[in-house]
Amino acid sequence: MPDRLEDFRKEIAEWIAENLPDALRGQPRNEDTICWGGRKWEFRSQAQKDWLERCHARGLTCPRWPVEYGGGGLSRNEEKILRDEMDRAGAPSPLDSFGIWMLGPALLQFGTPEQKAEHLPEITAGRIRWCQGYSEPGAGSDLANVQTRAEDMGDHWLVNGQKIWTSYADKADKIFALVRTDRDAPKHLGISFMLIDMETPGVSTRPIRLISGASPFCETFFDNVKVPKEGAIVGEMNRGWDVAKYLLTHEREMIGGGSGGLTSGATLSEMIGDMDMVAGADPVIRAQAMELEVDSLAFCLTMERYKDMAESGAGVGHASAMLKYYGTELNKRRQEIIMSTRGSEALDWGEGLAAPWLRSKANSIEGGTSEVMLDIVSKRVLELPSK
Amino acid sequence: MERLVDTEDEGMLRDAARGFLDENAPVSAFRTNRDAGRAFDPGLWREMAQMGWAGVLIGEDHGGADMGHRAAGILAEEMGRTLAASPFLSSAVIAASTMRVAGSDRLSQIAEGTALYALAVDEGPKHAPDLTAMEARPEGNGFRLSGRKVFVADGASADRVLVLARSGEGEEGLTLFDIDTARAGLAHTAADSIDARDFATLDFENVEATGEDVVGEVGGGLAALAPGLRAGQAALAAELSGLTAGISAMTLGYLKERKQFDRTIGSFQALQHRAAHLFAEIEVTASAVAHAGRVLDHEPERAQLAVSLAKARATQTAKLAVMEGVQMHGGIGMTDDYDAGFFMKRARVGAEWLGDYGHHAAIVAAMRGL
Ligand SMILES: Cc1cc2nc3c(=O)[nH]c(=O)nc-3n(C[C@H](O)[C@H](O)[C@H](O)COP(=O)(O)OP(=O)(O)OC[C@H]3O[C@@H](n4cnc5c(N)ncnc54)[C@H](O)[C@@H]3O)c2cc1C
Repeated sequence: MPDRLEDFRKEIAEWIAENLPDALRGQPRNEDTICWGGRKWEFRSQAQKDWLERCHARGLTCPRWPVEYGGGGLSRNEEKILRDEMDRAGAPSPLDSFGIWMLGPALLQFGTPEQKAEHLPEITAGRIRWCQGYSEPGAGSDLANVQTRAEDMGDHWLVNGQKIWTSYADKADKIFALVRTDRDAPKHLGISFMLIDMETPGVSTRPIRLISGASPFCETFFDNVKVPKEGAIVGEMNRGWDVAKYLLTHEREMIGGGSGGLTSGATLSEMIGDMDMVAGADPVIRAQAMELEVDSLAFCLTMERYKDMAESGAGVGHASAMLKYYGTELNKRRQEIIMSTRGSEALDWGEGLAAPWLRSKANSIEGGTSEVMLDIVSKRVLELPSK
Repeated sequence: MERLVDTEDEGMLRDAARGFLDENAPVSAFRTNRDAGRAFDPGLWREMAQMGWAGVLIGEDHGGADMGHRAAGILAEEMGRTLAASPFLSSAVIAASTMRVAGSDRLSQIAEGTALYALAVDEGPKHAPDLTAMEARPEGNGFRLSGRKVFVADGASADRVLVLARSGEGEEGLTLFDIDTARAGLAHTAADSIDARDFATLDFENVEATGEDVVGEVGGGLAALAPGLRAGQAALAAELSGLTAGISAMTLGYLKERKQFDRTIGSFQALQHRAAHLFAEIEVTASAVAHAGRVLDHEPERAQLAVSLAKARATQTAKLAVMEGVQMHGGIGMTDDYDAGFFMKRARVGAEWLGDYGHHAAIVAAMRGL
């Protein structure tokens, strides 16, 4: 390994040792410990606030983004080292957000200089929390069927309609939404990608409770919402579908990668404990756990390989659908195995196992269902015929 | 460590290998060999050796090309794609890797492709080197070997055989020998293998082995064998991953061509989703295979996890690919005139050879604390 990277490793390890508050070290990752940021955010502790601020000052909330927007300007190898060292130190992610995972990459690709300068620094600092307004009651898998419409009123857009399954809409400051700006065009060609402040009069939300008990997503209503035109649309007007799709590839990689199981820190054996103790002599559960471990390890290598491919310029494009499909199905298997090894113990909400198990069922629905991912792979990657 | 994608040199090697094999060893050549009752084509092996394939893992000081395990994997992948039969795995990978670590003056003959080796480990229907029972009875300065080895790849055609035998108790009691197959008391019986390749049973009756024939240390047989075994497992995983690519390409081609109900069968979503799932499994396996080669090249002593992961994955994915392949071809997939069955039979042999899915999954699980 080049010395430069070794120096970087040393430097970052020292920085973490100096700056990571002890209280955060080795904390389990869950809704009580994640930091989402935003205007309405109440830090869980002074340590959480300090950690975010220190990381942000060093560009580590968005390590690969350009420095001018508050990113770290790191290379892929440096980012990998950073991740290793953060894991080794038991450091939590300083900031999670849809701005980082979804909107940011889309703005970096399609945004104007003004849009980037306005929004990216707010994202890296954790000052603005974004939510995603794609799905509607009539537009799920068939996303291009969105009906929420934006009418051109000269100096502003007038937005009317309804979104659904909007994760954290009630906690978010702003929303990136797909709206119809041309009702006469074919459905993919009349959509624009619009940025809307959730505090604008006429925007309201109503939480929906999930089977896992939590209530992180909402219905979002737009009732004569006036959106000032300046900077409202990302990319070209009526070409929001391109932006939406680009964003989805990032979202899918994120969901697929995040659910491979190994990125959550704990290994399967740590999660289920001593096989002999928990599963007794049950050879079936044991075999399932072994198979899962084989597949999970190989999947993590695949995430690496696809990053290598992207880095070397080979287009990964539609294959992100494969990663999303495989990673989420793996996570569902993982959660099933954890539940069955822990038996009746796991059935009490207080054990904290049932909620992630139930939540994992959404992995293969959110961001595009497994069936839709398989459709994309078969049509776009394998080029199977439509008739 | 290098990336999991091919380097420029590796890309060139792959293209060259693919071009050569498509021209000189397509699946139809395998059919010709099978019909002629020939496990492999010696002329083809000579050409492979001339291109440096036989010496892919041998140092330049012994006339090898020294390209490394990932390169060997790429060659094995390409051979798997067209079912090209050759002594590559037994000689150029397993024997070469074993002898390279142990140090042997036969390396240059392997690199030339003139010494053909076989590995004789298994004694029962499952791969289990540590359960080796074959006797190595000390006599004078050497040993006398007696017992039976089964499922010996290239066992009927090899000039020399690496054989694991018991010289004492327990794991420390195994010794690896390098024996001339013409030696008195050693007889082989060729098996009628479903993949039409050379697998044989070797019977040893008081076969003489001198101290010279010992590979590594007396009692250090498992350690002496480990480099060759791991290299072989990784290359076999690569072959299986190539085989998977071969059958899948055939299947996808058929899905795009065959019509029923006035539609191309590939337009049926039920088949599309299965094909897409198979694609996902193939991609995930390809990563494990590339990774195993990289780890063998950079941290060979820590490669077992990566190698077992690759072999386990490649075995399962090949099984899925050949089953889907035959099923999606319908009746024609079941005929001997069609090539799909060749892939299925080789996949089954590859699944068992050098440790099956369960063997390797258990290693992975144990190393991961399960
Ligand atoms: C936890 C969670 C969080 C979410 N967060 C957000 C968010 O923040 N923002 C947002 O915009 N959306 C969000 N979603 C919505 C999500 O993107 C949609 O639920 C998803 O795209 C599926 O749409 P649908 O629910 O309308 O299901 P439908 O499209 O009605 O699908 C129902 C079933 O039919 C299948 N199906 C549909 N079409 C086909 C086809 N062509 N071939 C085969 N099968 C098909 C599907 O796979 C599925 O099994 C979230 C969803 C969940 C569960």
